[in-house]
Amino acid sequence: MTGPGWPDGVADVLIIGAGVVGAAIARTLAGYQLSCVLVDAASDVGTGTSKANTAILHTGFDAEPGSLESQLLRRGSLLLRDYARQAGIPVEDTRALLVAWTPEQEAALPGIADKARRNGVTDVRPRTSAQLYQAEPHLGPGARAGLLIPGESIICPWTTTLAYATEAVRAGVRLLLRTQVLDVLPGPEQHLVRTSRGPLRCRWLINAAGLYSDQIDQMLGGGSFTITPRRGELIVFDKLARPLLSAVLLPVPTARTKGVLVAPTVYGNVLLGPTAEDVADRTDTATTAAGLTGLLDAGRRLVPELVAEEVTATYAGLRAATEHRDYQIRVDGPLRYACAGGIRSTGLSASLGIAEYLAGQLGAAGLKLAARATAGPPAMPYLGQAGPRPYQDAARIAADPEYGRIVCHCERVTRGEIRDALASTLPPADLDGLRRRTRAGNGRCQGFYCAAAVSEMLGGGPPGPAPSADGAP
Amino acid sequence: MNVDVLVVGAGPAGLAAAIGLRRAGVDRVVVADREQVAGGVPRHCQHTGFGLRDLHRPLTGPAYARRYAAAAARAGADIRTGTTVTGWTGDRELTLTSPGGLETVRAGAVLLATGCRERPRPARLVPGSRVPGIMTTGELQQRVYLHGQRLPGRAVIVGAEHVSFSAVVTLAHAGATVAGLVTGYPEQQSYRAFALAARLRWRAPVWANSSVSRVAAAPDTGLAGVEVTDTSSGLTRFERCDLLVFTGDWIPDHELARAGQVPLDPGTRGPAVDPALETGAPLVFAAGNLIHPAETADVAALSGRHAARHIAAALAAPAAPGGQAPPGPRVPLAVVPPLRWISPSAVRPPLLPPDGRFLLRCDSFHPPARIEVRQDGRLLASSRTGRLIPSRPVHLPGAWAAHADPAAGPIQIGLA
Repeated sequence: MTGPGWPDGVADVLIIGAGVVGAAIARTLAGYQLSCVLVDAASDVGTGTSKANTAILHTGFDAEPGSLESQLLRRGSLLLRDYARQAGIPVEDTRALLVAWTPEQEAALPGIADKARRNGVTDVRPRTSAQLYQAEPHLGPGARAGLLIPGESIICPWTTTLAYATEAVRAGVRLLLRTQVLDVLPGPEQHLVRTSRGPLRCRWLINAAGLYSDQIDQMLGGGSFTITPRRGELIVFDKLARPLLSAVLLPVPTARTKGVLVAPTVYGNVLLGPTAEDVADRTDTATTAAGLTGLLDAGRRLVPELVAEEVTATYAGLRAATEHRDYQIRVDGPLRYACAGGIRSTGLSASLGIAEYLAGQLGAAGLKLAARATAGPPAMPYLGQAGPRPYQDAARIAADPEYGRIVCHCERVTRGEIRDALASTLPPADLDGLRRRTRAGNGRCQGFYCAAAVSEMLGGGPPGPAPSADGAP
Repeated sequence: MNVDVLVVGAGPAGLAAAIGLRRAGVDRVVVADREQVAGGVPRHCQHTGFGLRDLHRPLTGPAYARRYAAAAARAGADIRTGTTVTGWTGDRELTLTSPGGLETVRAGAVLLATGCRERPRPARLVPGSRVPGIMTTGELQQRVYLHGQRLPGRAVIVGAEHVSFSAVVTLAHAGATVAGLVTGYPEQQSYRAFALAARLRWRAPVWANSSVSRVAAAPDTGLAGVEVTDTSSGLTRFERCDLLVFTGDWIPDHELARAGQVPLDPGTRGPAVDPALETGAPLVFAAGNLIHPAETADVAALSGRHAARHIAAALAAPAAPGGQAPPGPRVPLAVVPPLRWISPSAVRPPLLPPDGRFLLRCDSFHPPARIEVRQDGRLLASSRTGRLIPSRPVHLPGAWAAHADPAAGPIQIGLA
């Protein structure tokens, strides 16, 4: 490969990492007269931390007041709420109840409410035990008191990253998948980025490499932070469990983690998790017997009826935790390098805030930012359970009967939606990619009924890993 | 659209019921199935042995499915494939989605015959990596028999019941070698001949008292293998494999039933039905593997046929004042462990269950025993059984159901 096809073969900006943060940065920079490249080692966007999280759109009420995270979380969640409306990303305003189960936790509530105020979240209200049970009748016994956080919502994390990347690509950003960065040679005029698919040249380099952001940072002489992946295991319960709760049920957080929560998902399921365990391997997204057992024990206390329902999925995600509490975001003007790393667990909610902040910092550091007209947010296929889906839409089926042909029965995904995903700006590379674009195969049967037929639509063939790095783009 | 009966599911139970309803003179019978082809699960079961008890001849699954679909069409049932029943808008009013659009169907009676599925890996909480190459027997059979896929490599099968040995044959057909069958029970639960054939012909041993305790990923994110734990010693070993097939461990597809507030039986997790196969919702019936997960196709078909007789009678009842007196109130049946469930799960004198007998399941191996039916401490009936084997049917003759006293309280069924 000889590098991107711009006049001199040098991109103005190269972004490493097409997770929710990298894609948000790409989509923001696409609004300026810049040539941009977005690279990722995986075969799809959003395959790291971005795909396996709790899918909550946080207000930032419990962030560290005065931190960059607090600032960008608050700004980002406002921007994302607006963006989601425009792009058709499912968001449900479920609200959250933070529940205290012990006297110590109850004593911590006023401090949390005060912290929320200092983070600019002023609508947090105390709740008595009786109020908690009135709002959530299936809550387990022993809830002493709590806080209502009206602004907490749930969101579709997959559509968010896909929407950013789709908007970026349509606006001219070049997306290079299956492209692993091996080394960076910084230069006075341009950086040479050696990748698994050949060298790339760029004037500015942005590190949004998530779990690998410390390694990229070291290639540019950094070394101020180290990522220790923090694994979070989660259990997704059947849609039949959805009536058991209406709000996100949060525990009283500790310094280390927000703790095990129970939350509805925009797909109509109920999610229980995450655990928090530091692991050495940056690819170790395996669930463990101890983790799943611990979650079920927690679930049995939080919402006892939950554990009687069938489990639809279990998964684990890795958060990019560092030795620092705050995000590791900085711009080095002379080096023409920006780092957006160490974004532990709030990257989805803060993504647009991070992108906006970083663009401002880049401009201040010398990157020429001349605005240009773009098409704006794309119209994404709606994956939410709350709004009408194609199979429920008589007009849509009348116009195109393929929207009346349900292929994935558990999630009610039609042949028309799968066809659309395969023909989209960012087509899926495998069944997992198709799942994140349509929900096909995401349901309770996990493919008993539809996997064979769906994989046939995807090009057939037996199940196997995605094509290797040498495969066709 | 108004119909006399809406049958949900065109598998053996639904199709047999449709045929029975038409033959009983019921006029408008619609069978909706979300798959493109009628016939249900037998469509992708290539082995023979279907149809012994209902059609009295051995057929392969696909031939059996075709025969039932054709017979139901000939009988005058309106079979709508590619049609999903998506929910309820009234007591017997349901919404349908198909390429033709949305439709609301108002039915005199509804028969739920939505079958059952195998619990997939997440539902069994098997920890480890999330990688391709893990499937249920249902998916395996569809890949191999409906889509002609080859699946070369080494396979581990979870489960050692009938369907597990069927998976051995399917895997061999697809070019895979079977490393072994993992079961938590002290021995396999199928016929000795099946286990022997698996061991001799396909060199697939049964690993008893074992469980898959972890799924391991290869560096390319494919399946590397599984950790198998001996549940008695706690010792683990690694088995390399490219495919991992989860078999059996059936759960009824009860979602439509639950969406309609139809009460479930805690044992089967399917709708609680009386011997007429009527659920707790009036004129909503359930049949087949939805109420006994899972029986062979012929048993499901006979259950559909049985439901059809009672549905036809119920629909005809108002117009036939000289007919039979309506049955009395329901008396629920409860099983005592190690029995797991009984189907039907209630009696309603004088009704008799399908084929005159109740179906039961046992959770563990048990030597030949006597099943006792007691009401308020009083022995209503007892029956000898052979050796009890998990996942295999246990039968209890049901004549006593006609005379149970509805006023005497709940009925308990256990081993003496």
